Amino acid sequence: MNLRPDPTFHASPKLAMQAPVENFAFTVMLSPDGSKPDGIAVVDLKPGSDTYGEIVHQVMVPNLGDEFHHFGWNACSSSLSPLTGHAFLERRYLIVPGIRSSRVYVIDVKEPLKAKIHKIIEPEEVFEKTGYSRPHTIHCGPEGIYVSTLGGGGEDGTDGPPGIFIMDCETFDVIGRYEMDRGEQDKHYDFWWNLPQDYMVSSEWGLPPQFENGVVAEDLLSNKYGHKIHFWNLRARKNIQTIDLGENHQMALEIRPAHDPTKSYGFCGVVVDTTNLQGSIFTWWRDDDGTWQAKKVITIDPRPEKPENLPPLLQGFEAVPPLVTDIDLSLDDKYLYVACWGLGEMHQYDVSDPMNPTLAGKVELGGIARGTKHPSGGEFAYGPQMVEVSRDGKRVYWTNSLYSTWDDQFYPDDEGGQMVMANVGENGGLELDKDFYINFPDGYRSHQIRLEGGDCSTDSFCYPSV
Amino acid sequence: MEDVTSVAALWWAVIFSGLYHGINPGMGWPLAVSAALMEQKARALPRALAMLALGHFLAMIVILLPFSLMLVLVEYETQIRIGAGVIVIAMGVYLLINRRHPRFLARVHPARLALWSFLAAMAHGAGLMLVPIFLGICAIGVDEVDHLAAEKLMGNNVGTAFIVAALHTFAMTVAGGVIAVIIYLWLGLKFLSKTWFNLDIIWALSLIVVGAFGIYTAYSGH
Repeated sequence: MNLRPDPTFHASPKLAMQAPVENFAFTVMLSPDGSKPDGIAVVDLKPGSDTYGEIVHQVMVPNLGDEFHHFGWNACSSSLSPLTGHAFLERRYLIVPGIRSSRVYVIDVKEPLKAKIHKIIEPEEVFEKTGYSRPHTIHCGPEGIYVSTLGGGGEDGTDGPPGIFIMDCETFDVIGRYEMDRGEQDKHYDFWWNLPQDYMVSSEWGLPPQFENGVVAEDLLSNKYGHKIHFWNLRARKNIQTIDLGENHQMALEIRPAHDPTKSYGFCGVVVDTTNLQGSIFTWWRDDDGTWQAKKVITIDPRPEKPENLPPLLQGFEAVPPLVTDIDLSLDDKYLYVACWGLGEMHQYDVSDPMNPTLAGKVELGGIARGTKHPSGGEFAYGPQMVEVSRDGKRVYWTNSLYSTWDDQFYPDDEGGQMVMANVGENGGLELDKDFYINFPDGYRSHQIRLEGGDCSTDSFCYPSV
Repeated sequence: MEDVTSVAALWWAVIFSGLYHGINPGMGWPLAVSAALMEQKARALPRALAMLALGHFLAMIVILLPFSLMLVLVEYETQIRIGAGVIVIAMGVYLLINRRHPRFLARVHPARLALWSFLAAMAHGAGLMLVPIFLGICAIGVDEVDHLAAEKLMGNNVGTAFIVAALHTFAMTVAGGVIAVIIYLWLGLKFLSKTWFNLDIIWALSLIVVGAFGIYTAYSGH
């Protein structure tokens, strides 16, 4: 506990944008076959540094087969919530779950170049105290650290629904389940909230048997992956409304609420529409009468392609689906970045009017049957995937792996981990930085990125930008 | 000690404790700033302050009333004051040892400010901090009027409890309100986190000091 709030906690999104820029990034290093331990790479982002754009430190864990994916901070700007009195926490630890092992690592990054493991929460503690498995998304919030899970109990994680559990934000003990009334929620993926308005939104990917050994084509074609988003009364822990986006909208993944807490809308990315292979973005919002609505506001078309250029999984379709696998919203709620992992494109949409987004910028890199190279001349395996935006909105970082077994199905000939950066123009537009190209060590792929001092998908703000 | 424990000094203590509670962000002034910003109306600020004041006032009354009723037992006055001092010290020691924030406060809906304020005051022992001061005031009153009928005495004490709670809450609301207004109108949100000091240890020590003061004055017959 400090005597003052952590200087990286900001009352409003606007203040977070004005704060000093990030000096380091922390990026997942994933051993896709579990032959080596996973880890977190520390990347130097200090402008003018000799090692700028290089991995300067690695924290490797002592186990095999964890499968790191998403991760988050122990504390963020939500600590300034006037209700909780947690203002004196420190943004110091990364909470890194293994989605295959259900183990959770707490990594101390107070000194980024000496980052080390602080605590390991064994899978048994998660199973025993929550009945959930395969922890995934991390958010720091009013009652501690919230962790979404993709699996329920039992060997294959299908014994009971998955959900969210809460960890103590100081001791990192697992406290227990979040849900009091989950309604019809039976799958899980991402979640986020608006703290002052007291609502939470959660999404669905699929149950462990539907993803652990690769995408199950029959399940996808019979629309058995998640296609609903759930709205919760955050503090009552109750599902108040479920919206079915339509069963053809398979895999409703990332939830990105507007950062300004006075707004009651946000976005959700859908990987693929099984009727036409489009990727899409839905805007969800709350009407004046309190009911939630959702509407498709962006569609991205597939690209026709000769079957011989396609992986076996897609040959029958004779097209490359966009595969919208990640989205991220800048802190001023102006630009939504959409990763089209199949096409090999990163799109930037101006969402100032959330109901009428317009394409403002686009970058091509990697992609199925296209394999666009990086401007530095380097190869880019797979396509743009996990995207993270700097707080000031000027730099957009991304990596390329989706999920170990899925990478191999969609890109059977690719291998490797890369991290790149693009600069945002004054009035929108997106351009890859020729000099920022990180090749991960052999045998490692890259996934989620977190930026020092917070980024555009970690912090929840309790005061509006004025 | 005569001058320190005089009625006037004790009433000043009621006001100072109010100002002290008011500047502590843990008692809710950031909520008033937040309410005005979220509703985008300046008048939401005084309304939020009023709700916070109501909750705080009720928390004071809930703590002070049992003591004001107990004081009818005039012959046990010293023991009651010593007992109260011990309770206040115990709360301070508990808060020193258990430095964790009460998580249940986060479960209150952000719009239920009066409830939140009541619970926050209870959790932090804000009412207890007033008890030794209040008992001191009542005791001096008894000395002055000597052997009042029990009923009258009770009435007096209950009245005093309400006045103490109201004066304390008024001072708290002024202090918190001034900070909230200055941040809302002039300094801006940047100063919200700058003015947020961790008073946990000082707060716990204050309880211990006030409790010890209560025991001392009980022994010294003031």
